[in-house]
Amino acid sequence: MNQGVLQAKLWYAQRISAMVLGICVAVHLVIIFYAIRGGLSAQEILGRTQGNLLFAVFYEIFVLACFVHAPIGMANILQETFPKSGVAKPIAWILALLILILGTTAVIGVFTGGQI
Amino acid sequence: MSNTNLKVKVWRGAQEGEFVEYLVPRTPNQTVLDVVTHIQRKMDPTLSYRFACRVGMCGSCAMTVNGVARWTCRTHVSKIVEGDSLEIAPLNNLPVIKDLATDMREFFNKWKGAVGFFKGDKTRYDDFTKVQPNSEERQLADAGIECIGCGVCYASCEVVQSRPNYLGPAALNRAWTLANDVRDVQQLERMTAVAGDAGCHACHSQGSCTEACPKSIAPTASIAGLKKLVARAAVRGSRWGKL
Repeated sequence: MNQGVLQAKLWYAQRISAMVLGICVAVHLVIIFYAIRGGLSAQEILGRTQGNLLFAVFYEIFVLACFVHAPIGMANILQETFPKSGVAKPIAWILALLILILGTTAVIGVFTGGQI
Repeated sequence: MSNTNLKVKVWRGAQEGEFVEYLVPRTPNQTVLDVVTHIQRKMDPTLSYRFACRVGMCGSCAMTVNGVARWTCRTHVSKIVEGDSLEIAPLNNLPVIKDLATDMREFFNKWKGAVGFFKGDKTRYDDFTKVQPNSEERQLADAGIECIGCGVCYASCEVVQSRPNYLGPAALNRAWTLANDVRDVQQLERMTAVAGDAGCHACHSQGSCTEACPKSIAPTASIAGLKKLVARAAVRGSRWGKL
């Protein structure tokens, strides 16, 4: 594929994922405000989230949106800051995989209560 | 206006060079171009600079005055003088040929690179295409059509500075006006040419071009339009086809 067209698609993916992230962050913040009404403890959080499929799906969508959004932005910043180094792509991929793996592990961990 | 002389620092040399100070008498309604012309005619005939119309139509006299890219012919000294000092340098982001004259080839080659030229499919035997003045395309094209290619936006753009292959605001603005020209037949080629990091998607939307444009055009808005148009064409396709 033409490089420019690929970059245009990435730009599009970043914009769409930004919209998803906007909603996710808003919902996340509302949940935080709601959650801390009665003090904040791990037990209380896990009591609400463990085994709750809705929470798991919501936070996995959050993770996927980050997985798409952050590495594209990181690649752009690296490419502009170190244009000749060739580090942009590999670092962006590492970041993408880290977000996906760590994020999904966290979602599964919270959902199952660390049973897997 | 004070009667004192202006202390004018002018860039002498090419890519390497230095500022040389001249004392230029102040006159009423003096423009920066008047100052440069005074130096060249009365003080140092070896000073090189470029101008033609002197009235803001040709776009050839742009320079960096007190750190900001401007048309020198339409800039009154009184509006921008700092104390009694002026600093006049060639435009940024372009190779300097000599003194205040820059090599504009790259700038105009990028217009060509952005397919910033019209191509229709009608002949002299066909009827005129009717474009309604209030149609959306015509309005969008109108917003950017008055560009005269002075290079002020290109010299003010931070992205051009950090990405030398970036097409720049003027070329992309031209591409946007043509993307809204219903008679043009090279829409797919143009969208491919302006897609990605050498084109519209590298723009940071910082707006320096829009702030500096002497014609009050908003290349930032044109580039934003291109970003959306081109990305959609790449992902979903457009009425001219898919990229």
